[in-house]
Amino acid sequence: MSRARWLAVIASAAILALGVAACGGSSESTSSSGGKTESESGGAPSAEVSGEIAGAGSTAQQAAQEAWIAELENANGGATISYDPVGSGGGREQFISGGVAYGASDTPLSETEGELAKAVKRCGPGELVEVPNYISPIAIIYNVPGVEELNLDSETLAKIFNQEIKEWNDPAIAKDNPGVELPSTRIVPVNRSDKSGTTENFTDYLSKVAPNVWTHEVSGEWPVKGGEAANGTSGVVEAVTAGEGTIGYADASQAGELGVAKIKVGSTWAEPSPEAAAKVLELSKEDPELEGGNKYVTAFEIDRKTESSGTYPIILVSSLIGCTKYKSVEEAALVKAYFEYAVSPEGQELAAEQAGSAPLTEALRKKVMPAVEAIEG
Amino acid sequence: MSSVDTTTNAGQLLAAASGGRRRRGDRIFSNTAVIAAVTILALLAGVAIFLLSEGWPGLTASASELPGGKTFIEYVAPLAFGTVLAGALATVIAVPLAVAVALFITHIAPARLALALGFLVDLLAAIPSIIYGLWGIFVLGPAAVPAMKWLEAKLGFIPIFEGPASTTGRTMLVVGVVLAVMILPIVSAIAREAFAQTPRKLQEGAQALGATRWEMIRMTVLPFGKSSVISGAMLGLGRALGETMAVTIILSVSGAVSFNLISQANPSTIAANIALNFPDSSGIKINALIATGLVLFAITLVTNFIARAIIARSNVQ
Repeated sequence: MSRARWLAVIASAAILALGVAACGGSSESTSSSGGKTESESGGAPSAEVSGEIAGAGSTAQQAAQEAWIAELENANGGATISYDPVGSGGGREQFISGGVAYGASDTPLSETEGELAKAVKRCGPGELVEVPNYISPIAIIYNVPGVEELNLDSETLAKIFNQEIKEWNDPAIAKDNPGVELPSTRIVPVNRSDKSGTTENFTDYLSKVAPNVWTHEVSGEWPVKGGEAANGTSGVVEAVTAGEGTIGYADASQAGELGVAKIKVGSTWAEPSPEAAAKVLELSKEDPELEGGNKYVTAFEIDRKTESSGTYPIILVSSLIGCTKYKSVEEAALVKAYFEYAVSPEGQELAAEQAGSAPLTEALRKKVMPAVEAIEG
Repeated sequence: MSSVDTTTNAGQLLAAASGGRRRRGDRIFSNTAVIAAVTILALLAGVAIFLLSEGWPGLTASASELPGGKTFIEYVAPLAFGTVLAGALATVIAVPLAVAVALFITHIAPARLALALGFLVDLLAAIPSIIYGLWGIFVLGPAAVPAMKWLEAKLGFIPIFEGPASTTGRTMLVVGVVLAVMILPIVSAIAREAFAQTPRKLQEGAQALGATRWEMIRMTVLPFGKSSVISGAMLGLGRALGETMAVTIILSVSGAVSFNLISQANPSTIAANIALNFPDSSGIKINALIATGLVLFAITLVTNFIARAIIARSNVQ
């Protein structure tokens, strides 16, 4: 075997290697063809749209998105929508890079990593559209034998998850639960081991209502070491069920047979419910920083500290992200029809049935409709 | 590399000897083989280039851009520790078991039983890792809770059993056992092959000199199979280091560096950390995750080099 032959071997290896490395950057393209849409609002999937679009993002929205897609495709024979539940971060990333026509994220696009500006640029010459379409209450679930009902005020809740309160019969818990016999069992706080919007929303709640106790940064990654950690909502529910003296946080629809703690809102004890969750968002103000002056971006600063009765402030709010202009009118028409259906009363009702989410109130729907209608389909 | 050389040379000699007829077949064969070898090299290089180029921004990122506001070294060190701890634990549990199984199959069991048992052990390798994960979380974990409580009570003075024992059973010890079961087939298959090839004359010689079966195994079979057992153990360790799904599902990852095997606070592993955090990450944090992948790649490479060094040394003696 000559040296020349070896050189050839190495050279071809290098070329192939570059090829493998180069394959990383390709992105999905979207295509669409034909079709027209009625410009009337209302958003039921009666509008005739067709073509093909892809979306990606929040895993929390997966069940709802699948239900919406099935209904919309049923009503429009020529339309195909695919949704990849890669996670909120992945959804934002793919939307910005142009890989998908729309994204879904549990946290609004923000300026901290320059995502908002990049998304605005991706939509040029059109405008960026971001509208909340999915609200889900997060329940505090616990498994303490013999304790049927549990009240926790915000300070106590934060101390439990910060591992400052270590036993169930701690006076801080007992004072809010008169008549309940609390065991001396060790408290095992359970958190998500994966990065998630649920964690981000829950830690945001804790840092707002108990800033003296919860001094950690708000993040999708759980900041406190030493607790029990489990993968995904199902993992947390499983760990809380399997352990003893456990307490965790999970999508309220997944709480099952577990005990659900009531939290203090104003002077009353609140339980997670769809109505109470949606009402919090209705009472929240839009956040000018998150909106960044974009007229079709609706982002709220969730009013975690609300004291109004009938509200439940530990909620996750997930948003749809799209553009007003797409490469073709047909693509835009399909995105618009999909967004309209997702926020419509029928779509919200369907999501509530399929995913246990809290339907948007009429007042909220009125706030987000102008942005959806701005899509030039 | 040199083996490719000699085979092609031998092929060329053969072709020359038997005239032009077989030349074409030889050329096709040798080219196919070269292409296959090049593809492997290219894939390896491609993965390395990908890890380096995509991981570089993560490696060089400032602390404020990385999760938890830590520098990359601070971020990856506990993960690397967890990876090595889980892998080492699995290897420590699996290797003696695998050697015993291999000895039983090759030297103790009756032929028919040996065949069936060998087949069953190999079958363990056919179970997908997610099934092991689910088994660990639903069966082994809860079943191990009383055992871990006992360990805490009786052996709590040893740091690794310090506790407090987890009430859900999703601990490093359980992960170690699950990983051990997962790598058992690889290690035992390699040990089995080696033990079965121990020269008969050595074994018979030992017995002729009055050695018992155990002495015969200790003096002939084990030394003969030593390097294979080591390479099998390293292959197993390699798999345990990179195992993702089972660890992701089972382990309660919330602690920093700790040798405590039975508590709820365990260090995460690199592979599990990527699986857990990739979906919801964006921007530079993805680069940081890829950079941790590069560290894992380096760890497995180093493990392999060490294994080769050990084998080379034991072969010389």
